[in-house]
Amino acid sequence: MRRAALWLAALALAGVVLPPWYLVQDRLADIDWSGGWLTEPDHAPAVSQALLFGRWWLWPVLATAAAAAASLLLPARRSLARALAACGTLGLLALIIQGYAIGLGGWRFAVLEAVFGPLGDRQFGIGTGATLAALAFLWMATTGLAGLGFFRGDPFTAGAVGTVALAVILFTFLPIASLLSDAFRTSEGTYTLGALFGRLGDDRTWGLACLAGAPRCGVAWNTLMLALMTAGGTTALGLAFALLVTRGGIRFPRALRTLTILPIITPSFVIGLGLILIFGRSGIVNQLLYGAFGIEGGRWIYGLQGVWLAQMFAFTPTVFLVLIGVVEGVSPTMEEAAQTLRANRWHTFATVSLPLMRPGIANAFLVAFVESIADFGNPIVLGGNFGVLSTEIFFAVVGAQADAGRAATLALVLLVFALGAFWAQARITGSRSYVSIAGKGDGGVHPPLPAWVRRLCLGVALPWAGLTILLYAMALTGGFVETWGRDYTPTLRHLVRAFDLEWSARGLIWSGVAWNSVWTTVKLAAVAAPLTAALGIIAAWLFTRQSFVGRRALEFATMLSFAVPGTVIGVAYIYAFNVPPLELTGTGIIIVLCFMFRNLSVGLRSGMAAMSQIDRSLDEASFTLGGGGLDALRRVILPLLRPAIIAALAYSFVRAVTTVSAVIFLVSAEYELATVFIINRVINGDYGVAITTSTALIVTMGAVLALIQVVVGSRRIRRRAPALAAGARA
Amino acid sequence: MNAPPNGVEVDAVSFAYGANVILDDVSLAVPRGEFFAFLGPSGSGKTTLLRLIAGFGRPERGAIRVGGRDVTGAPPWDRNVGMVFQNYALWPHMTVAENVAFGLHRRRVPRAEVARRVEQALDLVGLEGYGGRRPAQLSGGQQQRVALARTVVIEPEVLLLDEPLSNLDAQLRVEMRGELRALQRKTGLTTIFVTHDQEEANAISDRMAVLDGGRIQQIGRPVDLYDRPANRFVAGFLGTANLVEGEVARQQEGLVFRSAEGIVLPAPDDVAPGRALVALRPQALSISENGRAPSIAGEVRRTEFLGGHVRYAIEAHGLTFYVDEPHLRGREALAPGTRVQLAADPEQLTFLRP
Repeated sequence: MRRAALWLAALALAGVVLPPWYLVQDRLADIDWSGGWLTEPDHAPAVSQALLFGRWWLWPVLATAAAAAASLLLPARRSLARALAACGTLGLLALIIQGYAIGLGGWRFAVLEAVFGPLGDRQFGIGTGATLAALAFLWMATTGLAGLGFFRGDPFTAGAVGTVALAVILFTFLPIASLLSDAFRTSEGTYTLGALFGRLGDDRTWGLACLAGAPRCGVAWNTLMLALMTAGGTTALGLAFALLVTRGGIRFPRALRTLTILPIITPSFVIGLGLILIFGRSGIVNQLLYGAFGIEGGRWIYGLQGVWLAQMFAFTPTVFLVLIGVVEGVSPTMEEAAQTLRANRWHTFATVSLPLMRPGIANAFLVAFVESIADFGNPIVLGGNFGVLSTEIFFAVVGAQADAGRAATLALVLLVFALGAFWAQARITGSRSYVSIAGKGDGGVHPPLPAWVRRLCLGVALPWAGLTILLYAMALTGGFVETWGRDYTPTLRHLVRAFDLEWSARGLIWSGVAWNSVWTTVKLAAVAAPLTAALGIIAAWLFTRQSFVGRRALEFATMLSFAVPGTVIGVAYIYAFNVPPLELTGTGIIIVLCFMFRNLSVGLRSGMAAMSQIDRSLDEASFTLGGGGLDALRRVILPLLRPAIIAALAYSFVRAVTTVSAVIFLVSAEYELATVFIINRVINGDYGVAITTSTALIVTMGAVLALIQVVVGSRRIRRRAPALAAGARA
Repeated sequence: MNAPPNGVEVDAVSFAYGANVILDDVSLAVPRGEFFAFLGPSGSGKTTLLRLIAGFGRPERGAIRVGGRDVTGAPPWDRNVGMVFQNYALWPHMTVAENVAFGLHRRRVPRAEVARRVEQALDLVGLEGYGGRRPAQLSGGQQQRVALARTVVIEPEVLLLDEPLSNLDAQLRVEMRGELRALQRKTGLTTIFVTHDQEEANAISDRMAVLDGGRIQQIGRPVDLYDRPANRFVAGFLGTANLVEGEVARQQEGLVFRSAEGIVLPAPDDVAPGRALVALRPQALSISENGRAPSIAGEVRRTEFLGGHVRYAIEAHGLTFYVDEPHLRGREALAPGTRVQLAADPEQLTFLRP
């Protein structure tokens, strides 16, 4: 522990005396690194801020850092631990208190003003120095606690718990809390319950006029109606696909399975784009109708039916993937038992298989429900006058009204819907899951589907799969014709406009219009992916392998944070990180953070799945041989987890590249992302560049995943070797 | 009156997964009311054979008759068989009573009678009053009983048990074994029991078939199989056997077995001269420190105290013989290194074709 204490004290001291304490607005190259920065007000470290510029509220921070260094002189292990825990906690408190007591206009609370007098200074965003100091204090506190016997005395576990907890609190719960407080704030800046209820009661949100024949209902009802329709439809379709693939006895089940990759590599709005190309005003269908019968197709694709159709295409593969697990999870012996008791295929299916799948099907329904309410891309592209919560929030933020209170209230409604679904999901999967996980003695093969069920599934799924492929084909190739709807001459014009490269005297110039956003996306996603994977794997390790006070609470909070729709997170981030001390709006950091916490679930889930396959006795063997938590993780678990880690890296990268909903609020002129660039092109009717850019993204992401597949290899765990299963069917 | 048909007949059945032959020309008949065991190591094909009788999979060649009716190719629901699965396969979404009633509903039994027979079946397995519970609320042993009740309630032509005791702990396993046997006596159901545990098969079955490599090695009463194994595999799989290869030849004093290592044993008159394999059970050999002819000279290598007897490993002529001597209080085992003579009782030798 003494070594760890030494390092942490050094880190804290370094944080306060060396790097700029506050956020640096200039470019790093503009700072006088030769030494001048130490005495410049904008770039100075905490020591000079306190000494030279009278920022006396930094003294407690400096004092605790010094105290931590001094505590190294304590001879007894236990008193050192106590000192570390105290210094860490006090240091963090000192940081937080000074950070929130001083706002943009001096003291934030009248009491402080009365005690200390007017401040004549303001708060700035925290910079490198403050971040280092905060981390050092956090780890001091956890190391001290571990030294006092908490966390089974393991400093690494303690530090990991502290880091994950702080991260989840800072970057999920804090923004949401500040969003909630915005919902209570009136336009004059005071907080009242009335403000919330006034907005909640708004007709635009909850109006039911459409039932009486008026053109539209409130957006909350729109969202719910769309979500229920999408969830119902995708669940039915997904079930047909899953049944067909797992027990339909079809020739190419793997080909159908590849459909499940699509939603990962495509931004969701690509479907909307494809639909416009087919059913839009100048889409193929309208043209054919006009050409053949002289009928004007009109713009029926814009509105509820269009968004619904798009979501059906977009989310069926996701639900399909969930349901494959559900259908395969039913133990075959359960079905065999029914068969020996005179139940034929249909009876077995109806009385045993389906009831056993029911909780899983309900779960899939909720997954689709959440996907639908969180979807931003399709409603923005196809919604027309049909508003849903996610798009209304967007317009409330960026529109002419810029009504933060309304955005917050709508986000609150959306959050309540999502948490309702999360709660229902937790109940279903917690209490009545019949799917056997690693059940023992689970031999046997699933019986084939009853004949007419199989025909029904085939009749539904195959045409749908065909349509999906057609849609993707349109969406991918639509950018390679002159002008869709008018002139179908093949051309690379749009591709060139998006991704042109020029050689000039000064070298290569990335002159295509899409390059900027694509490079930004790739860069930020590449920064976020390893961080996401690391945080996810560490959290997974904590949740599956460690036991400490509050583990269940932390796990629940983390899972809960995944339930928050992207739009809500996006809005929450801009409001929460707009002002010091955490001033991140407009930076690349906020986008990286958003990527990390939106995709944390990827690393966490793949880590948890992989770790549950590794027997605990492997860690215990490492413990008995004298390794601590870090040793067990590094030398035993991580090597076994390599495939899961690579997968987590790849998926968090790909998802970061294709995400829309949250980041659309966070982009700035400097940091524009590819998906947002595409949406803006679509909104402007510039389909050519939009499509070619999407195509480039999808193809690249597909290639990334294919590469990973080759590297990691397929590790699907089968119930029986395929040859055996085939033989048993014969 | 005609002779009653057999409960189950398996007639020259072969089965393969692709190129992988699982069962090769298997034939056997289980008379009505018999408790029959399939015994074999894992991969011997015993579970596959049971599943073929239940109707899961179709033999490539051969026929299967249940209750005198040819059911080859019929689906499981058309066979009137009952099967208890290794993991019991109780449906978690139904109560115990609903689980048990399932087969009766499928047989269109009137409602009142269903209730009565479910009650009766639960009584039979000692679970009266448990009808309203869910399977998840029961212990492993109780789940096992429900699975049994669910199967016997339909009065199947044959009761198939797929390693039903393997998920229970040792004590309960022995207890359930007795109960299974008693239940079978009470109901008189033809029963086939799959196991890899020879003690289980010996204790429970009227007759058994030993399988290995997809072939039936021997069929018979447990004691007959133990005393007169048909081949090297059966001799080695059922209990411990010392196997010696050699040749039987006629000499003045009668037939004599002689191995390449120089071991000489008397052979009974009904053995044909020529190459032979002799199986000696550990209890068929006796140890004396000064032997009479014909005896085998050897040296004690290791001893294991096993409670009722002491097992010696004795090296003689480069071979290791296992010999069991009964243990009585006060008797000390021979120390390793002791030179001894082994004598074999000619009545206890088994001569096999090598």
